[in-house]
Amino acid sequence: MYQYDEYDQKLVDERVAQFRDQTRRYLAGELPDDEYRMLRLRNGLYVQRFAPMLRVAIPYGLLASKQVRMLGHIARTYDKGYGHLTTRQNIQFNWPTLESVPDILADLATVQMHAIQTSGNCIRNFTSDHLAGVAADELVDPRPYCEIARQWATLHPEFNWLPRKFKIAISSSTTDRAATRVHDIGVHIVRNEAGELGYTMYVGGGLGRTPIIGVKLRDFLPEADLLSYCEAVLRVYNRLGRRDNIYKARIKILVKETGPAKFAELVEAEWAQIKDSYLKLTQADLDRVKRHFSQPTYDATAANDTTYAAQIAANPAFAAWTRRNLKAHRVPGYSAVFASLKAKGVAPGDIDAAQLDAVADLADRYSFGEVRVTHTQNLVFADVQQKDLYPLWQALAGIGLATPNIGLLTDVICCPGLDFCSLSNASSIAVAEEIFERFESLDDQHDIGEMKLNMSGCMNGCGHHSVGHIGILGVDKKGEEWYQITLGGSSSNDASLGDRTGPSVSRADIADAVQNLIETYLAERHNEDESFLACYRRVGMAPFKTRLYASVEAEA
Amino acid sequence: MSTTLLRNLKVEADDYTLLADDAALPAAGKVIVSHARWHAERDALLASNLVVGIKIPNTVDIATVLPEIAERPLIALDFPAFPDGRAYSQARLLAERFAYKGELRATGKAVVRDQIGFMVRCGFTSFELRDGQDPAACLAAVHEFSVPYQQAADHVQPVFLRRRA
Repeated sequence: MYQYDEYDQKLVDERVAQFRDQTRRYLAGELPDDEYRMLRLRNGLYVQRFAPMLRVAIPYGLLASKQVRMLGHIARTYDKGYGHLTTRQNIQFNWPTLESVPDILADLATVQMHAIQTSGNCIRNFTSDHLAGVAADELVDPRPYCEIARQWATLHPEFNWLPRKFKIAISSSTTDRAATRVHDIGVHIVRNEAGELGYTMYVGGGLGRTPIIGVKLRDFLPEADLLSYCEAVLRVYNRLGRRDNIYKARIKILVKETGPAKFAELVEAEWAQIKDSYLKLTQADLDRVKRHFSQPTYDATAANDTTYAAQIAANPAFAAWTRRNLKAHRVPGYSAVFASLKAKGVAPGDIDAAQLDAVADLADRYSFGEVRVTHTQNLVFADVQQKDLYPLWQALAGIGLATPNIGLLTDVICCPGLDFCSLSNASSIAVAEEIFERFESLDDQHDIGEMKLNMSGCMNGCGHHSVGHIGILGVDKKGEEWYQITLGGSSSNDASLGDRTGPSVSRADIADAVQNLIETYLAERHNEDESFLACYRRVGMAPFKTRLYASVEAEA
Repeated sequence: MSTTLLRNLKVEADDYTLLADDAALPAAGKVIVSHARWHAERDALLASNLVVGIKIPNTVDIATVLPEIAERPLIALDFPAFPDGRAYSQARLLAERFAYKGELRATGKAVVRDQIGFMVRCGFTSFELRDGQDPAACLAAVHEFSVPYQQAADHVQPVFLRRRA
């Protein structure tokens, strides 16, 4: 993975010093509240319902074991012993004191980590495919491009005070696992007919209260031009994006109000001015970063192992886990292993200090010392040999991270909700828990098959409800929690926004409502190979709606 | 009350006077007029003995107005609110694309130590500090970061060029 050189290290060290001084001045009353707020947000620090929350950047979701140990140390030393993985592959700590945050950032800097631009109206963490470098359907490894772009975006002097936050995702595979179409800029690495590498550029996607699927801005952008094109998009946005209304300030609104064709013209005109500037990537620069992501030394005999087949035959629980939580690896004899953070009785995405320590050890022992965070709030050991799958499973089971539910109904994406967030209308975690209990039986879940259930506690959409196959959104009606349901969303290649079923349902009925939807699907589907999403797209809303509202209390 | 002016990375007396749109023109000296006034009274201003700088709102497209402002000895760009970063883009266009060589002045609510480093990087050469700012602290903040990733108008060698060396 990428290793800081003296320059990268100096920059994060200088950032810690700057923020330490800003915090000192704030506490001394020398820095106005609203200005400190904007400065601390650019260092990942929110003030939440009960305490500050610190969001730490995990660039494109990739962590070295020593970084995982540091996150454990931070959870233990400064927090209540745990952290929460986010849908943008970052980690949040919910209980640090404001005064301790400069020290936390200094600790992070010792392992090449930071919280720069994890919040605020600036360019946020770059996200990517959690199977980067190992997926069979990948064109090239997207991570070097993410790292190059990360450096370009870090403390960019022109784009640190944008109209609104700005999120970029980069994907390089046939199946989009990075939800690129719901990002401000979505980059697909592609080859053109001449065989040259480049990018298809999407712009103006986003969730939140006005969910929009991004539009294609350019079919093919040459490989050398990634930064100049992004700079052109950002410059047009910084100049013309709305600043009069926070809800209309994202680039998606500018694209929509300008019209995609006219917006593309503006970007192309700006890009023409800068495409041959210093922003053009050189092959040497690309190669320098690519060397950091060279393949590990795989064991050529890994596929010769015979113990794996024997253990699958002997142990049904292990076998069930391998069916759900492994993904194919491009090297024979290796798998990508998902550790599920969606266990019974645990808030989705939460991980405690002991688990973090154990994950670091397991990464060292079984996966070249690295682990990835997925946008579905799970972890991936990307390079595990066949013979190690059984001991890894045993170890993960021992720390509660082996629930065999990846991609199933209980693998919900969920925001922290009322338990932590001051914006939320919904106790998302409690609802997730109830749904978990209702569908805990693995046989039922397997029968239901591939399912994305996404839940957000408010319309800001941190739980990506708009792109869930089933989406649940918490809404406040006269002080009571109600839940609006959408069906048919997707953040993959076939990206689409869910359709509302109709009136919201009550807190008491939300689990029943989900069950009604599942039963409708099971009754309507052609066969077991037709997923919930495919079935919904074929039969439409009517049967789901009828059954959904037959027995639950809907809002008047 | 006079504003503290930083120019050429030191405190300097402000030799310009900001003229309200309805104020009478002085007989001589250096003034800053609004873009609107410049537009309306350009001939009279050019015929006067005044040295005339111009203040541009942050909503103006620099490329469009360039012909009428390029010869001015001073262009002031405005930050009407602390988080409103539009003038950063205006400054880079003037300083980098259009090679403006006059005084490029930052005015408004963002001209504080916590943003001045970015302003220098984007090509501003003088700064009307917001009230209550410590000039020494603002000057120190210019050098808070020594290893920029991006090439910009300040011509500090960016990291990617240092790595190529």
